[in-house]
Amino acid sequence: MMEFTQADVLSVLGTGIKTLVILVGAVLMAALMIPIERRLLGLWQDRYGPNRVGPFGSLQVVADMIKIFFKEDWIPPFADKAVFVVAPAIIMLTSLLAFAVIPFTPTWTVANLNVGVLFLLAMSSLGVYSVIFAGWASDNKYALIGAMRTAAQMISYEVFMGLSLLGVVLLAGSFNLGDIVESQRGLWNVIPQFPAFVIFFIAGCAEIHRAPFDLPEAEQELTAGYHTEYSGMKFGMFFVGEYLGIVLISCLVTVLFFGGWLGPVLPGFVWFFLKAFFFMCFFILLRASTVRPRYDQLMAFGWKILLPIAIVNVAITGAIVVATS
Amino acid sequence: MKNAAQTAFSATSSVLRTIGMTFMHSFRKRETVLYPEEKPYLPPRYRGRIVLTRDPDGAERCVACNLCSVSCPVDCISVVKGEDETGRWYPESFRINFSRCIYCGFCEDACPTYAIQLTPDFEMGEFNRQNMVYEKSDLTISGVGKRPGYNFYRVAGMAVGGKDKGEAENEAKPVNIKTLLP
Ligand code: SF4
Ligand code: SF4
Repeated sequence: MMEFTQADVLSVLGTGIKTLVILVGAVLMAALMIPIERRLLGLWQDRYGPNRVGPFGSLQVVADMIKIFFKEDWIPPFADKAVFVVAPAIIMLTSLLAFAVIPFTPTWTVANLNVGVLFLLAMSSLGVYSVIFAGWASDNKYALIGAMRTAAQMISYEVFMGLSLLGVVLLAGSFNLGDIVESQRGLWNVIPQFPAFVIFFIAGCAEIHRAPFDLPEAEQELTAGYHTEYSGMKFGMFFVGEYLGIVLISCLVTVLFFGGWLGPVLPGFVWFFLKAFFFMCFFILLRASTVRPRYDQLMAFGWKILLPIAIVNVAITGAIVVATS
Repeated sequence: MKNAAQTAFSATSSVLRTIGMTFMHSFRKRETVLYPEEKPYLPPRYRGRIVLTRDPDGAERCVACNLCSVSCPVDCISVVKGEDETGRWYPESFRINFSRCIYCGFCEDACPTYAIQLTPDFEMGEFNRQNMVYEKSDLTISGVGKRPGYNFYRVAGMAVGGKDKGEAENEAKPVNIKTLLP
């Protein structure tokens, strides 16, 4: 029989509270991204966006949520019911699980895993199941085409994403995200690992299928891609899942390349938030400005350009690390 | 090799330039007209709510000829003819169903007396569909609308209301068909 000391109980409680705060914070941030995105897109398209509900239209998302909760949650009779229901849950689950290893401040991580980077990659790879399940279970040609594209896109971009991170891992000598942040005390990784940063950002974009890599849900050709048949809160979950992805990738870029919580004067969390928020806005700017490539161009760009650069980057970084140690 | 490098460079710079240009739009003026607070300017000939105007003397212009009603492509005007003691026609009832009207302006074109006119007012929302049916009293305004100074009976060669043939503006005396003199 194990004995629980008071300290054990307290630490479990503390972790539980931290988990809750981070979960709620991540979901809230993802939900907030919706009005922010709409307002920013408006700004960059010389219009206003929603500005009526609440101060600066910030309560628009609340109104939309209420609306979406009362929508009919319809499952098409030809759909594979069980898989259809499970699919949106998976994307939320994997995105939220990935938040567990992100160090927001030195003390605020849920799981201080020593293989944090690998865990992240695993979680983002699992996310692809959600899309494939959704496309398959919908039994709809557009959904299926969207799902196929996602599968190909995510699996190939996963490769460069992992490879681009290897440089960072080599520099830090650890897979632990907290150690990676600490290793950037002198110099943020974005400077020595600039190609890796660019590749990671592009691959991250493709991973969460945001514009310009939103081929899976290309509205103009595939209606809405893999979630064509979804309605009500299930559609909402896909939507929030996508925004969770943006928040996640922004946090990751901050942690891996921009020194996480490191920064002068202001407390660590504020720095983390500011950096991550900058990248979230940058994702929106990308959506406002770039065009969607053709499917074969996307693949060619990945395998013929990003992959060689990533490999060369890893090789050179490895050589330098070996030479200097 | 050189070509590939050039392509890569121009492609990258064009993407970066696009992003930069989009970002510079943050400092541009926004095109949106914030509608309920800020009314947009509508030209006087805008086709909105329909009114029945009066002539400069303050009498109704409409002569209940029903031309607007037949020209209306959606059949939303209903006119009932009336006649006063001098033989002048007037609409006993004039009804427009605005929930059907498509604001095409054909009625205005068809009207020989410039009685029916479209105005630049489009804020006609109602919660009850029945309220979209406008009666003559709702349609009639006290002014002359877009045609100041026009009075159909003053220029028409019809004997009505104390005005005889040949007494209208620019109208010659009626020809005496019983004589050969010019
Ligand atoms: S505007 Fe057109 S549709 Fe409307 S009442 Fe006149 S003729 Fe009919
Ligand atoms: S509004 Fe004009 S067209 Fe219509 S009945 Fe009256 S006079 Fe005739």
